[in-house]
Amino acid sequence: MRKLERLAINDEGFIFDPETGNSYTVNKTGLFIIKLLKEGKSEEEIVKALSEKFDVSEEDARRDLVDFIEQLRLYGLLEGENV
Amino acid sequence: MKEAYEKPVILKLKTGMMNKFGSSPAYIRKVRKEIDGVPVEELVEKFGSPLFVFSEKKLRQKFREVKNAFTLRYPNVEFSWSYKTNYLDAICAVLHQEGETAEVVSEFEYEKARRLGVPGNQIIYNGPYKPYDSLVTAVKEGARINIDHFEEIADLERVADELGVKPRVGIRLNMDTGIHPQWSRFGFNLESGQALDAVKRIASGGKLELVGLHCHIGTFILDPHAYEVEVKKMVDFAYKVEDQFGFKIEYLDIGGGFPSKNRLKGIYLPPEVAVPSVDEFAERVCSALLSSLRPGDYPKLILESGRAIVDEAGYLITTVHAAKRLPSGLKAYVLDAGVNILFTAFWYKFNVEIDREVHGTSEPCVLYGPLCMNIDVVDDLTYLPPLPRGTRLILSPVGAYNVTQWMQFIRYRPAVVLIGENGEVDLIREAEDLTDIVRREKLPERLKLEW
Ligand SMILES: Cc1ncc(COP(=O)(O)O)c(C=O)c1O
Repeated sequence: MRKLERLAINDEGFIFDPETGNSYTVNKTGLFIIKLLKEGKSEEEIVKALSEKFDVSEEDARRDLVDFIEQLRLYGLLEGENV
Repeated sequence: MKEAYEKPVILKLKTGMMNKFGSSPAYIRKVRKEIDGVPVEELVEKFGSPLFVFSEKKLRQKFREVKNAFTLRYPNVEFSWSYKTNYLDAICAVLHQEGETAEVVSEFEYEKARRLGVPGNQIIYNGPYKPYDSLVTAVKEGARINIDHFEEIADLERVADELGVKPRVGIRLNMDTGIHPQWSRFGFNLESGQALDAVKRIASGGKLELVGLHCHIGTFILDPHAYEVEVKKMVDFAYKVEDQFGFKIEYLDIGGGFPSKNRLKGIYLPPEVAVPSVDEFAERVCSALLSSLRPGDYPKLILESGRAIVDEAGYLITTVHAAKRLPSGLKAYVLDAGVNILFTAFWYKFNVEIDREVHGTSEPCVLYGPLCMNIDVVDDLTYLPPLPRGTRLILSPVGAYNVTQWMQFIRYRPAVVLIGENGEVDLIREAEDLTDIVRREKLPERLKLEW
């Protein structure tokens, strides 16, 4: 979680990584997930939160979350140990 | 109430690339829910996925456009349908109804045209390999034969003796028109004098009547000027033959090669910009003819245009079977159609449309086919919003060369339907099943398994 905490994130979904100088954009759902990850929520909790807030089944939300986390890892925004 | 859901996406921003990402409005235009008024979903429900769909309306429209471009500019034109481009019965029948004759390059294509009811004298028989028996049939039935090499001259003289007739033939020429690669392996070379040698050889044999010249300079030719060169060289040669040998050249068959509105890989301009209009080709061809022909002489101009006529009439509906993330970070989709049925994917970048509105940011992705082969790539880089499993993609134009060069490899070949001008949908080729593949196989008795 340390890595995520260092990121500068604004409400429009613009993310800046001060360590590498890279910037990213996330959509609304992505931003929602990142906020929960920062709070240290588990995968299951995030799936639940997604299906409560958005019009999506838990099954679809789970599949998308796995893919999203995969993307964060590939960009080096998540360290291996969490989630 | 719950909020509308979008798949979560994160994109890395690269300077200078920003406008390529983001929710590009281009993709909103890329939604296609129907083909000629028939819903994509209805087609798939009835005929399965993947599914080739042809539009009869578009096919006839395109043919008429090409035909008009030439017939308005020259008084004696024949269109001959290049069977290899698409020899499905229904497609050929539409084009024969429109007045096209048949251009074939093998005994198989010849037989297919005859079976469909095309009379022999409405067939043009081309190609470097014409088995002897097929030449006998073609001569008997009055087909126009364009000779590819000296051996074929000898073969046809034998046929002449055997049947006691003097076949009327053409010769195929190859020449420098500024197009690379030069298709110099077919026919007789003009510049080297080989073509003239062929005429000498025919004249000295005395058994054949030379009445035509044929040439085909290549395919997906983007330079109309090449045709001007081709036509002028053919006319010059025709008069040389007439003056020196007394053969009257009755037809100049300039082959095919006009491009469709497809996107050749490596050409980054959109086809609307890169591909000249058919009128430009017609203008070059016909003004070259009219300026070099002798007064009052109007030999028949034959066109064997293939892809320009049928490519844009064909669509392929394919379904997203899975989404995955590659180690490079690139998104990948596995489709139910690959290079096994989309042979032209090796050279062209298709237009990709989605059957529904998908919300979310477009991201770079690669489209893979269903084969477990590394070469099975339908598109190596396109931009699509996150597609749920089951999304249909509509790829186009795919009407030329795919349903002839497709392979039965790993998977069965899918069904092909034709949407008629009144929206009627006809199955014109059934999806294959195991019986199609094993019908010709024989298992020796001693290898029968007893499990
Ligand atoms: C002799 C001949 N005629 C016509 C064609 C049709 O060409 P296109 O589809 O480029 O018009 C071909 C294609 O290779 C050909 O070889």
